[in-house]
Parts: sequence; structure tokens; C-alpha cells
Amino acid sequence: MNPPYVTGSSSVSTIMLKVLLALLPAVAAYVLLFGPAILIGIALASATALACEAFMLRLRRYPIKPFLLDGSALVTAWLLALAMPPLAPWWLVVVGTAFAIVVAKQLYGGLGSNLFNPAMVGYAVMIISFPAQMTQWQAPHALASLHLSFLQELQYMFGGTLPDGAKLDAVTMATPLDTLRTQLKLGHSVETIRQMPIFGAFSGKGSETVAWCYLAGGLLLWQQRVITWHIPAAFLATLALAAGAFYLHDPAHFAPPWFHLMSGGAMLGAFFIATDPVTGATTPKGKLIFGAGIGLLTYIIRAFGNFPDGVAFAVLLMNICVPLIDAYTQPRVFGHPTKPGRGTQQ
Amino acid sequence: MRPLYRFNGGVHPPQHKEESSGHPIVPAPLPARLVVPVHQHIGNPAKPLVQPGDRVLKGQLIAQAEGYVSAAVHAPTSGTVSTVAMHLVPHPSGLPDLCITVEADGEDRWIERQPIDYRELDASTLRNRLRDAGVVGLGGAVFPTFIKLNPGAQQRVPTLILNGAECEPWITCDDRLMRERAAQIVAGIAVMRFMLGSQEVLVGIEDNKPEAIAAMAEACAQSAFPIEVVAVPTLYPAGGAKQLIKVLTGKEAPSSGRSTDVGVACFNVATAYTVHRAVDHGEPVVSRVVTVTGNVREPRNFEALIGTPVSDLVAAAGGAREGTDRLVMGGPMMGFDLPSPEVPLVKACNCVIAASPALFKPAPAPMPCIRCGRCARACPVELQPQELYWFARAKNFGKAQEYALFDCIECGCCSYVCPSHIPLVQYYRFAKSEIWAREKEKKAADLARERHEFRQLRLEREKRERAEKLAQKTAAKAAPAPGEADAKKAAILAAVERAKAKKAAAAPRNVDNLPPEALEEIAKIEARRAQVRDMARRPVAEEKEP
Repeated sequence: MNPPYVTGSSSVSTIMLKVLLALLPAVAAYVLLFGPAILIGIALASATALACEAFMLRLRRYPIKPFLLDGSALVTAWLLALAMPPLAPWWLVVVGTAFAIVVAKQLYGGLGSNLFNPAMVGYAVMIISFPAQMTQWQAPHALASLHLSFLQELQYMFGGTLPDGAKLDAVTMATPLDTLRTQLKLGHSVETIRQMPIFGAFSGKGSETVAWCYLAGGLLLWQQRVITWHIPAAFLATLALAAGAFYLHDPAHFAPPWFHLMSGGAMLGAFFIATDPVTGATTPKGKLIFGAGIGLLTYIIRAFGNFPDGVAFAVLLMNICVPLIDAYTQPRVFGHPTKPGRGTQQ
Repeated sequence: MRPLYRFNGGVHPPQHKEESSGHPIVPAPLPARLVVPVHQHIGNPAKPLVQPGDRVLKGQLIAQAEGYVSAAVHAPTSGTVSTVAMHLVPHPSGLPDLCITVEADGEDRWIERQPIDYRELDASTLRNRLRDAGVVGLGGAVFPTFIKLNPGAQQRVPTLILNGAECEPWITCDDRLMRERAAQIVAGIAVMRFMLGSQEVLVGIEDNKPEAIAAMAEACAQSAFPIEVVAVPTLYPAGGAKQLIKVLTGKEAPSSGRSTDVGVACFNVATAYTVHRAVDHGEPVVSRVVTVTGNVREPRNFEALIGTPVSDLVAAAGGAREGTDRLVMGGPMMGFDLPSPEVPLVKACNCVIAASPALFKPAPAPMPCIRCGRCARACPVELQPQELYWFARAKNFGKAQEYALFDCIECGCCSYVCPSHIPLVQYYRFAKSEIWAREKEKKAADLARERHEFRQLRLEREKRERAEKLAQKTAAKAAPAPGEADAKKAAILAAVERAKAKKAAAAPRNVDNLPPEALEEIAKIEARRAQVRDMARRPVAEEKEP
């Protein structure tokens, strides 16, 4: 045996389990405000992720049990399910998850070796390949003209049929970010757009509550020391600063910072996705740069790009920069006058 | 209140101090046979001075310091030297080392002890006394103390720190020593302070040892000069010298230098105790206090003679309980498995833990690194262990060094917190030893290249000289010039002579660390060689004379 002979109690499984637990408030809010479809999505994604993971581990001749039990595939599955529209055809979430696990994770070497956040790769592939399905978001109960029962939701997701020839528009709608984009293009000002019924106090009705729950879960992760404050703080602060600058400059055409913070994938991304340790920066300063980069890119893509939300692409773009960021942000070592890795590059 | 500083990270492993801390230090029984390694300190092994059959007294010098970084070794009891041979020693490598075995006569009779008044000796004599008394750092590093007591060019070291932190779990030998022999520790501190010319003296003790803190505070209050006893927060590895210096003074000892570069010297409290014994009582280091704990029936602290078989100590602690599968020397964070229970107690050994799978659960199978960075947050040296791990795994040793691999103190905090249970310290040790091996290889290759280049140079010169000679000959044929050739021949002969003498003087003498029989044999061979050399030289000299 080798020292140290004693070790702490943490393990990869407990870390992943804590991440799943921290997502529960948001899942609960989703179910209450939008209906139980999200549960079907999570179940589908989880089953797909575990099956793909097991299949790939077998192909790669890795022990299946410890790697299935580490929980990392489940975290990818849950994050992807939460990032996708809940009321979507079943194959959408299955294909997205399969791509995330098989290509983005296992083909890169499995747990710990993937360069890109698997959930975000899955999301990006799906939104590029199936933009129509990926933007049909379920309307919150408060706004939907038709309420679907759990069975009816199942029927739609697996059979593609709605009861009594109802139209899809009756249960879905564009997201607040999407609405803002289209309405701005139609020449409306931010002020008038935000009078529309889908908007709540900060961003969309319903979705802003879910965002608050992500924030609460994220703070729990921080309190449990699963994540550090650096990435979420840098991400949200940069997003708010960028949005604030444009909002102050031209409030008619740019949404206020609080709208950006509470919309789309900002909160989920800041606390649960950008903080993925495998694909993120590791040094304290590096984490700040990494988070700030995601915040800035998210804003740029939202305000000037072609996609309604930019978190996924921002995360993937910053994933590419991680080795460089880490190499140039090495902290000073105890008893050293300067930082290592500077001026001694071979 | 003195402001305290923090070092990065650190961990809180379960303490397990109470098992052994409640009982006073007891003398360990005198064993029938003591095995004393000659290399119990950092630096050169001591050179044996005794041969099998020699009678020795307790405290008699049996191996003397060799070279500057070295310390003497003494007979731990009176008796007869039976062997000077290789024996298993407590070392992680499990390799044997040269040991002097003393069969005890049971009388435990001391050699004549001469206390000295340190105030009347000059600094260098005093340091030599400590070297010859075998005083080394008893915190575990066993660096010869006299070297650290040399203030060098600065003339004095302003701050003297005594390390009573004892941050490793299970170990309580310093705790008991401070509780029971505080006044003697303070007497040792007085010698150290005198030698270093320090103004400020601090004793750092982790706050999980209130009794030791109280005892030391009381003894320090009696001292003729001010000593401040400081309770430092219990946080492993607060007892690391550089970490304790940081906590107490806020100063960071430079990575490439020593703590004296920032005006601080740091010694273990047990070392101060042995300094006192050596100076005020004339007693060399022949024993130490050692904690015997873990899966034993009666965990205790023993004052045991150096060379006592560890198995005797375990037996003295009531024997190992069922389930004990091995013995660990040191604490659970930085200790190592003993190669055999028969290895002797050495100066570095502060603790023996009888380990069982129930006590130290086998680590789960390692998972891949997920770069969570917990290791970096726990690292007291502020390294990036996850990066070092990748570099070590990829055998990218250049990068590992660039990321300050050699600053790693192998405290084990990174492994302790790693959720993937990766044996990180093992990777760093591997990388370090690979780098050392490569450096050695490189040195050998450099030497070979130099030799080769020299040979090429010589061949070229000879070729040139032959050509010149030929040219001269042809020239001489035209106009003969006698005398010149003779002079040249004489010059060459002289050069050959000089080269021979030089070679004889520079002949390698790998005589460190050899048993006396081997040394004797080498001497004989040398004598024969000299004879041959003489014989070879004579005809040359005769030729030269006429």
C-alpha cells in the first residue's frame, strides 16, 4: 500500500450525485409550471445515456460497472434534457443524448478526456440539424390555451398526435429570447415587446422561476464545494455588463441585463454547464477568464447572431481555449518569486 | 495576540491522537541485540570505526561523520560488536544498508560523559560537538542539525522557530515530550538561540495539544530570554517547516533556498531536547521517543534505544491485535510500509503504526482525473497537482519540472482529497526518480562525450605531429640537426611521467559505505599497485639518467 493511507470521503459518484440533486428544484419547478413532459425527457435521456455509455465501454473494453455508477453519464443526460424543449418528439432527445455520449464523450476517451462539454455538443448538433423541433418550447400552464395531461404528452412525444386535432401552437410557443429577436426584427421596441403576455417580471413567465431554481441549486453546489464561485460569477457578471452597456446605450433595441440573466440557458449554463470540471479551466484566474469569455460570447450570439440563445456555442468555443488559458494562468508556487510556465516554454 | 497567517489548502484527516497521548513516556525494554544503521541522516553515511569483536560502551562513537553533510552514530548500549554488515533498514525502498550490530551485555554502561558550557566554546567547535553527538532533525527529515545552526555570512538568524505542531495523525511523541520535558526542551532552545544569535524565539504547537501548550508556556516563562508559545490552528501539514514558518511569520522560504534566507531557522522540539542532552549532559543521540500505536493492545510512547527491533517495540505495546497485516513507519499521510518487523528503530522514526485493513481501508480503484481541481485547492505548496499528474503520466518530465514538480513535499493532501482516488504522490515520486535517473545518465553521457572528444583531439594531434615529424625528417635529410630530437624525446618522457602521476592521484576511490573487510582488501590492492608502479618506473628513470 502507498501513502497516504487515509483518504477523504469524496468520490466522483458523490460529486455527480450532488449535481443531480442540485438540479431537482428546477425540475420540480418545471413540472409545476409546464407539466410533466420534462420528466419523460429526463427519463429518455438517462436511459439513452446509460445504454450508450455501457455499449461504448464494452467496445473499448473498459469495466462497465464503475463507469456507469460514476454518474457522469446521468449528469450529461439531465443537462441535455433540461436544455432541450420538454415537449419534443422522443427521437430528438435520444439522438442528441446518443451523440453527446458516443461522440463527444466516449470517442474522445471517456470520462475526464473529452475536450468539449458533451451535453452542449449534443445540444449544438440538434439545434443545427433540427432547428424547427428545437425551438418549439412548451408554453407554461398559465399561458397555454390547451392543457395536456401526462398521457396526452406521452402520446404526442411518441406518436406525434395531439388530442382532437388540436394544433401544436396551442401548447407551444417561442421562448422569450426568440420572441424578443423576432419582434425586434419586426421593428418593435424592447419596451413594447416586454408588454406581451409571455413576459414576466424579469424574462419569461414560468421560465424565470426555473432560472431562480437553477440559481438556488447552483448556490447549493457552491456551498457543498462541488464548484467554486469563479466561473458562474465571471459568466453572469460579464453577461450583465455586456447587456448593461448596450441597454444603457440603446434601451429600445437591447434588452436589459436582468432579462439576459434570467433568460434561456444563462443560469443553467453558469452553474451547471460551464462549471463542468473536465472541459473547463482549472486555475482560479483561468476560471475567471473562461467564465467571462462564455458570458461575453453568449451576449454577442444572443444580440447579434443567428441563434436565439448562445450559451451552448459560447461554452464550446471557450472549451477550445481551455488548454491555452490554463497554460497562461498558472498561479505562483509557494516560495517562488514568479509564476511557472512563463518564459521557459520549450 | 500574534497575527497568524495561512498557507494554501491543507486537510483535516481524523486525528487519532488520544489512543497514545494519555500515557506517559515509558522506557522500552533493553533488547538483546541492537542493529544500528550508519546512515540515519541526510547526507553521507557515517564511516564505521569498529570491527566485529570490539567492546563498546553506551554512547561510544562507532561511526564518524564523513564529509560535511553527515552525522556521527553511537553505540546505544554497552556490549560487543557482532557484525558490521548489510541489514534491512526502515526505508521505503526496502533495500538493506550497512549496519553495526551490537550484542548488549545488559549493563547499559555509559562511556564517560562530558557536559560542556556552550557559552565558552566558539561556534564552530560547538557545531562539531553536535555533529559528533549525532544530533539530527528528529521531525523526520533527519538533516544534520549542526549545519542548520550555522548562521553563515549573515552572522545571525533573527527568528528561531521550534516546531511542535506534530500535524500527522496518530503521532504523539512530541506532544508527550513537550508535556513531560518542557524545561529540557527550553534548555536546548537556549543553546540554539545562542548559536544563531536570534532575537525572536517562537514555539508553534497545533491547538489540539492544549496540555503541551500549557507545559511549554510554563517552562518558557521560566526562561532567561523571551520565548513565545503560539497555538496554531490544527491543519495538516502545519508541521511542515516551510508551512509553519509561513503560519507564524507570514514569510515564505524561497523554493530554491533555505529558510535562513528569510531570517528564520526551524527545528523540531525533540531536536532541541537532544541538543540539550548533548551539550548539558554530554550524551549523544542513542535513543528517541517513538509512538507505537494503531492496531496494538496498549498504544504508548516509548523512549527506545536506536537500533531496537521494531518488533520489540510492538511487543512492548502489548503486541499487535488481530488483523494487523503490516507495520507503518511515520504517520498515515507520509509514512511507509516497513519491509520487515525486524528493522531497527532509527533517528527518523517518530511513530510505528500497526496497520490493518480495518484501520486503513484499501483505496477504491482509481478513476480517471476529472480535473475538478480539489488537489490544487488542497496543495500547501500551491502547485497544480492535476497538471503534474498528466505530465508525469505522459512522461513529459520537462513540463513537470517547469510546473515545479520538485517543490512537491509529498504531503499527500492531493491524494487525500482526490475524488478519483488517484495515487497522485506515487506519480510525482515516479517522475522525480525518473528525472534523477535521466540526469545521472546525462552526466555519464556527457563524461563519455568529453572523453571521446578528447580522444579525437589526441588522434588529430598525433596525426599532425607525425606529419610534422615526417616533414622534419625530410628536412633533416637535407640538413641534419642533432640534439633537437633528443630534447624532444626527453620532453615526451617527462610528459608521460606527469600523466602517470596524475592518473595515480586521480584514481577513483569508491570506498564510501564499505565494510572494513572490503576496505582492507582495497588497501592491499593499492599497495600491490604501488609496487608495480615503482617497478615500472625504475627502468625509465635509469634510462633517463645517463
